[in-house]
Amino acid sequence: MSKKYKKRRSMLYIPGNNPAMIQQGGIYGADSILLDLEDAVALNQKDAARILVRNMLHVIDFYDAEVCVRVNHLNTPFGLADLEAIVPLQPSAIRYPKTESAEEVAELFQIIEKIEDRHGLPHTKMTLHAMIETAMGVQNVFDIASKFDRVDAITIGGQDLTADMNIVYTPDGAGIDFARKRIVMAAKASHIDVIDTVFPDVNDEEGLRRETEYAKKIGFTGKAVINPRQIEIIHEVFTPTEEEIRKSYRIVKEFRTNSAAGVGVFAIDGKMIDAPVVARAEYILKLANVTVG
Amino acid sequence: MLNSLGRKIPEYIDGIGKLEPFQGALTKLRKGWMDEPTIPAPNKAYLPHQNKLCNSLEEAILRSNPHNGMTISFHHHLRNGDILLVQTLTILHNMGIRDITLASSSLNECHDPILPYLKDGTVTRIYSSGIRSQLGHAVALGLLDIPVVIHSHGGRVRSIHTGKIQIDLTVIAASAADCEGNATGSHGKSAFGSIGYAVIDARYAKQVIVVTDNLVNFPCIPLSISQNFVDQVVVVDSIGDASKIATGTTRITNSPMDLRIAKLAADVIEHSGFFEPGFAFQVGAGGASLAVAKFIRDKMKAKGIKGSFMLGGITSYCVDMLNEGLFETIFDVQSFDATVSNSLLNNRRHIEIPAALYANPFNCGCITNKIDVVVLGALEIDVDFNVNVITGSEGKVRGASGGHSDTASGAKLTVVVCPSFRGRIPIIKKRVHTIVTPGESIHVLVTERGICVNPAFPELEENLKRAGLNIKDIHDLEIEVDKITGIPAPLEYTDKIVGVVEYRDGTIIDVIHQLKEK
Amino acid sequence: MKPQLSTQSGTFESSDVIFLIEPLPENSGRRLEISSTVMQQFGADFHRIVVEMLDKYDMTDIHLIAKDKGALEPTIKARLETVIKRSLGEQEGTLI
Repeated sequence: MSKKYKKRRSMLYIPGNNPAMIQQGGIYGADSILLDLEDAVALNQKDAARILVRNMLHVIDFYDAEVCVRVNHLNTPFGLADLEAIVPLQPSAIRYPKTESAEEVAELFQIIEKIEDRHGLPHTKMTLHAMIETAMGVQNVFDIASKFDRVDAITIGGQDLTADMNIVYTPDGAGIDFARKRIVMAAKASHIDVIDTVFPDVNDEEGLRRETEYAKKIGFTGKAVINPRQIEIIHEVFTPTEEEIRKSYRIVKEFRTNSAAGVGVFAIDGKMIDAPVVARAEYILKLANVTVG
Repeated sequence: MLNSLGRKIPEYIDGIGKLEPFQGALTKLRKGWMDEPTIPAPNKAYLPHQNKLCNSLEEAILRSNPHNGMTISFHHHLRNGDILLVQTLTILHNMGIRDITLASSSLNECHDPILPYLKDGTVTRIYSSGIRSQLGHAVALGLLDIPVVIHSHGGRVRSIHTGKIQIDLTVIAASAADCEGNATGSHGKSAFGSIGYAVIDARYAKQVIVVTDNLVNFPCIPLSISQNFVDQVVVVDSIGDASKIATGTTRITNSPMDLRIAKLAADVIEHSGFFEPGFAFQVGAGGASLAVAKFIRDKMKAKGIKGSFMLGGITSYCVDMLNEGLFETIFDVQSFDATVSNSLLNNRRHIEIPAALYANPFNCGCITNKIDVVVLGALEIDVDFNVNVITGSEGKVRGASGGHSDTASGAKLTVVVCPSFRGRIPIIKKRVHTIVTPGESIHVLVTERGICVNPAFPELEENLKRAGLNIKDIHDLEIEVDKITGIPAPLEYTDKIVGVVEYRDGTIIDVIHQLKEK
Repeated sequence: MKPQLSTQSGTFESSDVIFLIEPLPENSGRRLEISSTVMQQFGADFHRIVVEMLDKYDMTDIHLIAKDKGALEPTIKARLETVIKRSLGEQEGTLI
């Protein structure tokens, strides 16, 4: 089954208690924005951040970006209140931190659906991004990624994961390499997006490019961003090559011609072109800002 | 009477004279000559081997015929490190001189100490391209009886040529000078680079005093100011605070907002049709305006484009681009850091220019006439693209006309960069408080929330739309910003005029009314 | 409702606002001290928002200090709602 492709090359993290940063969130051209109520907010400001983000979601225009909100985990005093405040506003997605099992996610959806019911909202609009930040989460990632229609992305939280594993973060990412690949594989098997962790050294542009290229190579579809300056490099890396664009253009063009003529299935260069292939080609053209004339 | 931008201009103001209303940026220039006659420069005679050195600034001033009602001028190349203006006015005040006209090329925060002299009648008139800080606030509140006159850099030269500003005494700070008064700012412990704004003063002032903290053996090279215009030379311990005159190098901003706006502006320039080999380029000295240079530099390297010259307001960033071979020449009327002073001194393709050559429109063509692309800032801009760089949205006088209208009138592509709102105050307005640069000189506005093209340039708009840039109608953007910030309550003004804004051709483009302070 | 606790909300950052609430003795009414970097342009508006929200929560015998640095309306309302709830001892979802 083809999933709908959303542009998620970059996801800009914005601390939820910072009004100046939230109100400017949409101007940097990031594909997605994450308003963070969790790790970026001090424990004694969780209420303030929740109310601020709630208000901002009502009013601020984030233009074309997908807006996600990272709530606190349900096993904290804040998680439920976060959901009560945010779910009714139906951001594009909720990001759930430190997800460890499918059972957890099921429980979470029960609560979300109850809130949606109370507000007369459908269960199909808002999606969930599961964040894998613990060893247990890595072990259970396929279940988490595959069992729920509403889960349409998983991401890796490198810093918390290294802490959970009791290892030291190294620039070569060796300690979390297996986790990265396992998470990617689960995402691919489930046909959903997978987003790489933040690159913390804002001044190291070369390092960012290298790590992003590696992430792309092993299958990530996007990367988290901690400073708007990182967006351009990340977009460059995830932007399709000339070759990819040309192929995709051809596929979409022929599909449209064939559709108009009432032909359903067709081949290019001996290869069958079916719906998922067309969808991917359209996504690539969208990323490249190319329209088929 | 109304000028062509709909601003009400009085026909006459006591202490200033008859006013001519603005009628378009190029209207007066189209004639091919200037109507106003020029005044003669002073004629002096000097015997050989005289001594010009004075023991003190006070002595030099005493010898220069100080009198009530005199006009005194300074340059602002020392930026916020200047101490001479305050010292000179204090000396004059203590001598009992009153009713002085102050004609500094600009005024900064470091000049706040002269505020008492505005209150007690020592200084009664001001000509300047900019006024800031406490002085600016006091002016906005109507402290002076006679309105201040704000002019552009090019306009100041014109005013001096026509005698509108008749300088009795000019005090020229120099970081190096010799006993005859040959002087420069390009080397010395207080080096500030180009001394371009002072050249016209040296030529026309009835008395010229050069003040230096670095007396060198004759001759002082280069002869940025030459001895044939200098009456007296004074050596002091310090002409100013070197750390505030110039930093080492100018850094590109780190502000994500400014960088974003700069990147968008660079994209606009790239697709404008003016980003061609041999293009001439000018940027501001900081913020988003300077950051544009960073992105243009990268694009020039990527596309193998070499430009012809840079102009301005020069920072070390421009010097880097010169040294990389991205441009062939720099024309420098003001140098912003030590790296620039050094380059000016040592690189023959880094050329010091006077304000007249830079921006006076009444000659055979100033260098702003040759600019292809200029990037400017704004305190406010309205839906007709008129720009305010002199009064803030809170009504304070806190900026400068400077080279804004000069460069905007000459450039083939004038790009204004600014955020759509600052703090909570919208920058895009239906109507700016004070017009300094007319909308006809502005081609495109770049903000973080959209790019607006002046409808007078449909081809440019087409080019930019085709390139996929986020083009918005300025009226729509103005409404969008109002929705974000809320609509500010209008400021209240009285009928009293406290400032007159001269366009570069001497016509009056706007007036500043007295702010009612609550 | 009367505030039970002296509390504050917000930060000194640009585009934010600090609110401080202090309970006052019985029948003191409301004492409002508002300062803002954009007082001239938005002072009246700010005052209106504060009064409306204090009315909404029916707050009396309250001393409220506001130091605004050009916060937008959703921020003002958020910080105000936060400080009011904190002053009423409504700690939902927070640790004090």
